[in-house]
Amino acid sequence: MTSDPYASSTETAEGPVFTVTGQDWDTIDAAGVEGDRLVVNMGPQHPSTHGVLRLILEIDGETVTDARAGIGYLHTGIEKNMEYRTWTQGVTFCTRMDYVAPFSNEAVYVQAVERLLGIEDDVPEKAKVLRVLLLELNRISSHLVCIATGGMELGALTVMTCGFRDRELILDVFEMITGLRMNHAYLRPGGVAQDVPPGTLDKVRETVALLKKRLPEYAALCNANPIFKARLVDVGHLDLAGCLALGITGPVLRSTGYAWDLRRTQPYWDYETYEFDVATWEQPDAYGRFRVRQDEMWQSLRVVEQCVDRLARMEGAPVMVADKKIAWPAKLSVGGDGQGNSPEHIAHIMGESMEALIHHFKLVTEGFRVPAGQVYTAIEAPRGEIGCHLVSDGGTRPYRAHFRDPSFVNLQGTSVMSEGGMLSDVIVAVASIDPVMGGVDR
Amino acid sequence: MTESTGGTQDQGVDSREALVRADRTELKVVEVREGMFGARDGADTSGYGGLRRPVAFPTPTPPPYGGWFDEVAEAFVRGVDGGTLAGIVVDRGELTFQVRREHLLQAAQHLRDEPSLRFEVLSSLSGVHLPGDEGAELHVALHLLSMTHNRRVRVETTCPDADPHVPSVVSVYPTADWHERETWDMFGVVFDGHPALTRILMPDDWPGHPQRKDYPLGGVPVDYKGATVPPPDERRSYS
Repeated sequence: MTSDPYASSTETAEGPVFTVTGQDWDTIDAAGVEGDRLVVNMGPQHPSTHGVLRLILEIDGETVTDARAGIGYLHTGIEKNMEYRTWTQGVTFCTRMDYVAPFSNEAVYVQAVERLLGIEDDVPEKAKVLRVLLLELNRISSHLVCIATGGMELGALTVMTCGFRDRELILDVFEMITGLRMNHAYLRPGGVAQDVPPGTLDKVRETVALLKKRLPEYAALCNANPIFKARLVDVGHLDLAGCLALGITGPVLRSTGYAWDLRRTQPYWDYETYEFDVATWEQPDAYGRFRVRQDEMWQSLRVVEQCVDRLARMEGAPVMVADKKIAWPAKLSVGGDGQGNSPEHIAHIMGESMEALIHHFKLVTEGFRVPAGQVYTAIEAPRGEIGCHLVSDGGTRPYRAHFRDPSFVNLQGTSVMSEGGMLSDVIVAVASIDPVMGGVDR
Repeated sequence: MTESTGGTQDQGVDSREALVRADRTELKVVEVREGMFGARDGADTSGYGGLRRPVAFPTPTPPPYGGWFDEVAEAFVRGVDGGTLAGIVVDRGELTFQVRREHLLQAAQHLRDEPSLRFEVLSSLSGVHLPGDEGAELHVALHLLSMTHNRRVRVETTCPDADPHVPSVVSVYPTADWHERETWDMFGVVFDGHPALTRILMPDDWPGHPQRKDYPLGGVPVDYKGATVPPPDERRSYS
């Protein structure tokens, strides 16, 4: 026996346990041990586990007999942190949860704040269209990452390079509109942070046209590819009853053929006025989920085009609620120094109106108050239902913010999708769930 | 819209009007916050020490509730024991059943299986810590979704800090597994009957439950241009 603390043996009630770390199997003296169970720890630092996900697999040869997911390696206390910031500042925190789909995080949070404030109907039309535009572009970029990383984990590196290449196009649009490629904090309670810069609509149109040329490449590369299908078809099977019991939503649920999409079933922000189809597939496996995501990207492009048409008719329309007390904390008119307040506003509060100065001070330092109560809002994120349980005590900060992240819930499907299958299929099953650990661990 | 106390003293706590919101929702005071900016630590020349603000949440609503709420409430009450329901709150267009914890499992089973209810999905389960709500410091909120009828309902149950036990609903909703582990991890609520109630986000040997209100956020003071910025939970705040 070795004296290495990480490669030793311990006696347990079920018999001796040997710990090996690789290249030291010959040090094990298992003679006299009857039967054996091999537990393999995969991750958290493993290129194929989608971030810091730890899988604890019990294997018999190449067959997985027990699979568990260990999470928490990316827990950053976002929910707790939000209790110490104003309602507006909360957006900056929650956007960092599911970093592949940041707009969904922001969207569900601002929807919850707006419902608590009772201003859901006062959010201007243009802000809603902008939110839908960004959510749908984000759905495409998120699915591209899913397909790209999923491909990479299979060894299909061309799919990976194509996916990230095309995602970059969308991130350019995000950067133009929000100033950032991710972690935007662009959606604010009451509307959005600022109007789009000139030339945005042309840029979006260009991007949509380019994506329409690029998306068929994925279909041509993968859809009928025998190697791709051999790895994906019938892997990670989970039927409708299993999805409902485990609370699984999103493409995994829709791959069972059930067209449950909150954009259609519980529409928000005028989704009922957009034309698009809910993508489904009749085969609840990894391949079905891949096809659902592919179809959803096309449907999202349709919605994006409708958004662009609507925005073209809305030039100069307001993007924030009329109530200045709610709108103000988000109002960042760019000043001479490239940030902060406009010179007109500074001149007004410093030189003309004492009351304006008081209001400025109160709203900037304190933020607005939200009547006490609790709400639960949910929207359709790329991975399924993202929900926000938001509690206010009547103060200037969220009393409690809880996020029901779809990755967190869907990841519970790992065991049922993987057990009884091959070790290599675990990778495919997890990739088909598409968990983002930032959202899982929050 | 809200019961704002502004800067006046002794307003709100004793006056009945202040505890009824503009939309006639009655409120239950769970806590009264006093002072602001630590003004009471020394001689209070600012007047902030006299500020009082009640923290009050909506109380049970009398029927009718409107829309499908009445139908669901009726079907729910019909199938559960008499003492199950502590109240029904309708606020901001959302329906909440306040359920006594000893009846939670039965209530969940009924909500899932009764064809006219059929809340087959547990969307979310999470905790809220209200240290001022005496005897019910820990709240657990279940957000149920009926895909069949396209409805949502919240089931809320409470337990005191001294006896933080709530029955587990994993046997009814398997998805509650991780949600309950997270709520145990973050709030210290013990879900009786959970198959393996262990920490999920924090390390196994972590002391305390981070999202409770008596658990500090933590952080270090930051020096910036000669001044010191205290960590977020020690900065002056608006109670």
